[in-house]
Amino acid sequence: MPTRSSSDLIVVGAGVVGAACAHYAARRGLDVTVVDRGPVAGGTTGAGEGNLLVSDKEPGPELQLALLSARLWRELADVLPARIEYEAKGGLVVASGETGLAALRDFAHRQEQAGVTAQEVTGERLHDLEPHLAPGLAGGYHYPQDAQVQPALAAAHLLRAAGSRVRLRLGEEVVGVLTRADGTVRGVRTPAGELHAPYVVNAAGTWGGDFARIAGVSLPVQPRRGFVLVTEPLPRVVRRKVYAADYIADVASGSAALQTSPVVEGTPAGPVLIGASRERVGFDRTLSTEVLRRLAQGAARLFPVLARVRVLRTYAGFRPYLPDHLPAIGADPRAPGLLHACGHEGAGIGLAPATGALIAALVAGEEPPLPGGDLRPLRPERFDDAR
Amino acid sequence: MPDSPSEEARAVPRDGAETVPPHERAVPRGGAETVPPGDTHAVTYDLAVIGAGSAGLAGAVVADRLGLRVALLDSSGEVGGQFYRHPAPALGAVRPEALHHDWDAFAGLRRELADSGVVHLAGHHVWTLARDGELWAVHAVTGADGDGERPVCVRARTVLFATGAGERQLPFPHWTLPGVVGAGGAQAMLKSGLALPGRRIVVAGSGPLLPAVAASLAAAGARVPAVVEASGYLRYARSPAALAANPRKLAEAATYGAALLRHRIPLRTRSAVTEVHGRDRVEGVTVCRLDRDWRPLPATAGRIDCDALAVGHGLVPQIELATGIGCATRRTDDGAYALVVDAFQETSVRGLWAAGETGGVGGAQLARVEGELAGIAAAARVRGQETHLRGSRARALRRRRARMRAFATAMARAHAPGRDWTEWLDDATDVCRCEEVTAGAVREAVRDYGARDARTVKLLTRAGMGWCQGRMCGAAVTCLASRAGTESAGEAPPPAPERRPLAAPVSLAALAALRPDGLPAEDEPHPE
Repeated sequence: MPTRSSSDLIVVGAGVVGAACAHYAARRGLDVTVVDRGPVAGGTTGAGEGNLLVSDKEPGPELQLALLSARLWRELADVLPARIEYEAKGGLVVASGETGLAALRDFAHRQEQAGVTAQEVTGERLHDLEPHLAPGLAGGYHYPQDAQVQPALAAAHLLRAAGSRVRLRLGEEVVGVLTRADGTVRGVRTPAGELHAPYVVNAAGTWGGDFARIAGVSLPVQPRRGFVLVTEPLPRVVRRKVYAADYIADVASGSAALQTSPVVEGTPAGPVLIGASRERVGFDRTLSTEVLRRLAQGAARLFPVLARVRVLRTYAGFRPYLPDHLPAIGADPRAPGLLHACGHEGAGIGLAPATGALIAALVAGEEPPLPGGDLRPLRPERFDDAR
Repeated sequence: MPDSPSEEARAVPRDGAETVPPHERAVPRGGAETVPPGDTHAVTYDLAVIGAGSAGLAGAVVADRLGLRVALLDSSGEVGGQFYRHPAPALGAVRPEALHHDWDAFAGLRRELADSGVVHLAGHHVWTLARDGELWAVHAVTGADGDGERPVCVRARTVLFATGAGERQLPFPHWTLPGVVGAGGAQAMLKSGLALPGRRIVVAGSGPLLPAVAASLAAAGARVPAVVEASGYLRYARSPAALAANPRKLAEAATYGAALLRHRIPLRTRSAVTEVHGRDRVEGVTVCRLDRDWRPLPATAGRIDCDALAVGHGLVPQIELATGIGCATRRTDDGAYALVVDAFQETSVRGLWAAGETGGVGGAQLARVEGELAGIAAAARVRGQETHLRGSRARALRRRRARMRAFATAMARAHAPGRDWTEWLDDATDVCRCEEVTAGAVREAVRDYGARDARTVKLLTRAGMGWCQGRMCGAAVTCLASRAGTESAGEAPPPAPERRPLAAPVSLAALAALRPDGLPAEDEPHPE
């Protein structure tokens, strides 16, 4: 006999974005059911480094979301337990030559006009910020708004802090979306039965395209693979998140081919995390020695002291990529009652609170809290227009 | 059919599988010596054998005899693996064989290796296996920790995984106290350093290793006040056919039984050490009777004084290199994961074979049989002579394997950890020693934070993120996760084999020195 259960909102996906949607909706007094076929943080959230970045974003809607999120993360850090390892560590973007530095300067100036704090650091002063950086770098920019969080713990505590208004159904896969005769969404079906709610949020991350298909709409989310190297625990040799200026170009590129640029950061637990690679190869987890080579080379170039350090672990994650690098956030006019909150590519941890707050506001029928924000570039149906 | 060690050790293929005359060999014979690292990748091998224990040795020498160019990689400096671990020559042990049964078979293989053309790459820590066009690239690092570590890549047409097994540990209160050692570890210490972990040593856990360890310790001069076995040996009686078909195994058991009697070591079955006592090191243990699901019966608790505890719950196949490349696994009867292999030991990935414990723990004799079978099969593939697979030697090996596998399965069933062993774990006990994560923290992650498997527990607690990468605590965390998971909504999924893409730590310098095609750089200047 099918079990019945109703709530105000069903969130499909227990990653950090789904957790944030549930958290902010519950804060508004809504009853939320979160359904995931796996555990909490079992997908891309569990593979993320936990970057909360404004520094790598071009002025535009994503940067607006990032700035809102940076503020919300600071608030959450006061509300959630310290175990989420929130660190307002700041980011440092470095350029090896004068040409790169000039481009970075131009980029930073445009970001400043959009509300980002960015401070130029001369080549000589870089070592005041990061004593172990390689010598001879031309200079860089310091972004004090960049921060870091332990993503799986953040997701778990976002859900937990929402209290009894959030019900978790883990290990339960959504196999169908329930609709009324007029096409309005009224819930989902799982092998355990039907769950009813007037709103369903697609927070399925990299698998968001699959869930959209179940709901009868299309959303072209694709996996963009990245590897992270995790070193043995070290005393703090890397204080901030440090990366080379070419990272920004890689993030913005749509190429399927392998791109790597060094991104290095320490963690409170000791290991140094090394990224970042991007390639579109489907859901293939096979280790790529070429990626390892490039990541190791890049990191050792930025921090020569790391050359002797051993890598204990490496893992792949799959970023939810949409062709224009923007997430899909908002109500789907093709299926009334369905909302999307996925496709954040590599920025899902950072953008989670803003996404959750926007979704909660939309469900509550209120003005989205994006100052001067325009949600139109994030419309989930925007890829239909291109056809 | 008679079954003697000499026949097993004599891995000479009979009909159909001719040995290759010396002039056809690319590698001269008599060269089974350690090759200096660095210049190995110029050669393309027909077979790379990973692991120089029983399975790897048997596979390497037979493949060599059948005309393959073989590289044998092992992290240790000496061949023999865990089972035939023996003292470093410098220790001047007169009779290392005194600690081993079946030493003749090993000595025979070692001699064959010395006379063969197998290139033995000792001190090679293999960290991953990658595809390289039609070939396989076996990536290793050599040299001591830190200084002198350098990458080596061995390219081969086929690969044999003979990476053996690690000891399964189930934690209990104060198991981190000095004086608590692994049962296999105690035996390894004895075999390689001839050192005892204490003077009065309780041996506990589960599995056929325990009486053997107790006998070795007693023979070396220790007092063993008790062997504490969590299962009842009566469980073997549920597999009468497997027992009847393996008289040697029975004889072995009888030998150890006799040794226990000779040394007056009492055997306590259906019991476990549920706590260790001591201030700075072990002073005693609590032993409890267990019910059929291994739940301790507190009324039966009693204390045994001792200054060391050797404890282990059997072995777990070490298969991360194979799973990293996508080889299929199966759940064994004692809840571990082993590689799926076909009738000729080939894994689900064509060109990759597995033998010995990697396909399910079964002991050294079975490992030799499977190693030889895998070696014959790899040779048949490389030389395009699959008819060899139908020869009488291969048939005999398959028969023997079937018989011993049946016994191994009975053994796994008899010693499978009971469902409720976690009951003896109080919340304060460290489950993950590297990161100091308690059982309470793991239970909390499952109960309150939505973990349902070992991977999520790791993400939420750091259990398994330290030096051992979960090799020590993985089994326990998996049990705790699935056990606590069943109490939350829905059934917990069956645990998946853990992903561990790096089988050994590698320095950034070694990774950075790989060539763009994935091979280690030879003449290239080091990247600036």
